[in-house]
Amino acid sequence: MGALSILFGQTLYWSFVPPFKGDRFLVQAKKIGPESFIISSLVGFFIGMIMALQMAYLMLQLSAEIYIPNVIAVSLTRELAPVLTALVVAGRVGAGITAEVGSMVVTEQVDALKAFAVNPVKFLVVPRFWALVIMLPVLTIFADLIGIFGGFVICVLKLGINATLFVNMVLEALLVKDVVTGLIKSVFFGIIIALVGCYHGLTVKGGAEGVGRATTKSVVTSFIFIIITDCLFTVMFYFIFNT
Amino acid sequence: MPENKIEIKNLYVSFGSNQVINNLDLIVRKGETKVVIGRSGVGKSVLLKCIVGILKPDQGSIKIDGVEVTDLKEKDYNKLRMKMGMVFQGGALFDSMTVEENVTFVLNEFFNFDPRVVYDRMKESLAMVGLQGLGRLSPAKLSGGMKKRVGIARALCMEPELILYDEPTDEVDPVTGDSLTNLINKLRDKLNVTSVVVTHDMSAAYKVGDNIAMLYRGKVIADGTPEEIRNTHHPVVQQFVNGKARGPIMDDENLLLDYGV
Repeated sequence: MGALSILFGQTLYWSFVPPFKGDRFLVQAKKIGPESFIISSLVGFFIGMIMALQMAYLMLQLSAEIYIPNVIAVSLTRELAPVLTALVVAGRVGAGITAEVGSMVVTEQVDALKAFAVNPVKFLVVPRFWALVIMLPVLTIFADLIGIFGGFVICVLKLGINATLFVNMVLEALLVKDVVTGLIKSVFFGIIIALVGCYHGLTVKGGAEGVGRATTKSVVTSFIFIIITDCLFTVMFYFIFNT
Repeated sequence: MPENKIEIKNLYVSFGSNQVINNLDLIVRKGETKVVIGRSGVGKSVLLKCIVGILKPDQGSIKIDGVEVTDLKEKDYNKLRMKMGMVFQGGALFDSMTVEENVTFVLNEFFNFDPRVVYDRMKESLAMVGLQGLGRLSPAKLSGGMKKRVGIARALCMEPELILYDEPTDEVDPVTGDSLTNLINKLRDKLNVTSVVVTHDMSAAYKVGDNIAMLYRGKVIADGTPEEIRNTHHPVVQQFVNGKARGPIMDDENLLLDYGV
């Protein structure tokens, strides 16, 4: 935790030290955003469908299937979309970051950066950090929309809920704060994935085996931190802000 | 101006309980090629990393151009690093970039040169190492020897006064190894750079070295011209330069296995 906090501080500091290289950020943003889009959308879509079916099981008994869209919209935007997108990205991008940075350490590329007077945090961590902080919420917004669409497919085609009614119910149930709290969480998840991924990469020891070990550690640590952070935020939003 | 490019005194470096560099003294004069020989793991690369400031020694003094660098601030060290080029053992090329981008990396990172100037410098550096026309390849497509050459070109692009070579002839075939030593000599003659070459390849050491220092147990135990080293009476140096399995080095390390040999 201490080492991650130090890396966080260094990342913020080096973010504002020139020279600024926007292209490095864009390369990483492309790797994280568009290239994770299909997998995160797929997860969102299926979760929306699954939610609708699981809810139908309960709601049909209560003759309350009309509220299925509300439950889907709220639980997706507040909870499922941010967390699942973060977990998918941690597995896909976080692991990739650790493996790439770790291999750079092993092949002395990070030493080469230092020898050429380039700070490794500025060169490697800063672009990945900002790319994740910005792209993870963007992916989450898409996962929100596509997840609701997944629910729509089941509700309209299988449960016989009118399409207009579905949309109206979703819009009625969904408050701005539901979406915003989800996005706030995803910003923090982005920070976690970037810092944990880079930290484990930069501290790799011992060749290819070390890179493998670090990558596993990075994904596991990210998962745990994401879930704990999610719980903390949910508690905070619930008890402090009553949202 | 000081006559010595690098002056190292009473240097100590350890990793945990392992004392790698133990009271080392070394002087590299301006314009000379100093070869540091020694067995693998004796701390040769550590010595280079201390000079370039990637590793901080536990104790001792390192002066570059008369400036004490061990307590230098990172910002000031970076100014010094601009005048140094380091060539890493495996090349350490950035594999997310092309050869061209690797070679011009430092120029693009810190200076706002006209792209034409950068391009010309890149061409010149690649031509000097005999790799013109390969700029658009990615490092993954290059052989070991080519990677080392690109590593040298990347260092040259900064027009350094000091080049540090880490095992330049390691892991390449003898012919490529010989052409790399020729290149090191050519650079010294043409550009008048000071070089420190770390190697355990004695034929390369004799070929490029104006002076050869032998590292053993974290210290310099011999320092002299190639001729002096070749004709030394020091038993450890003699064993090393002649590449003998039996001798004081192995006796010392209890590694000699006497199973009926």
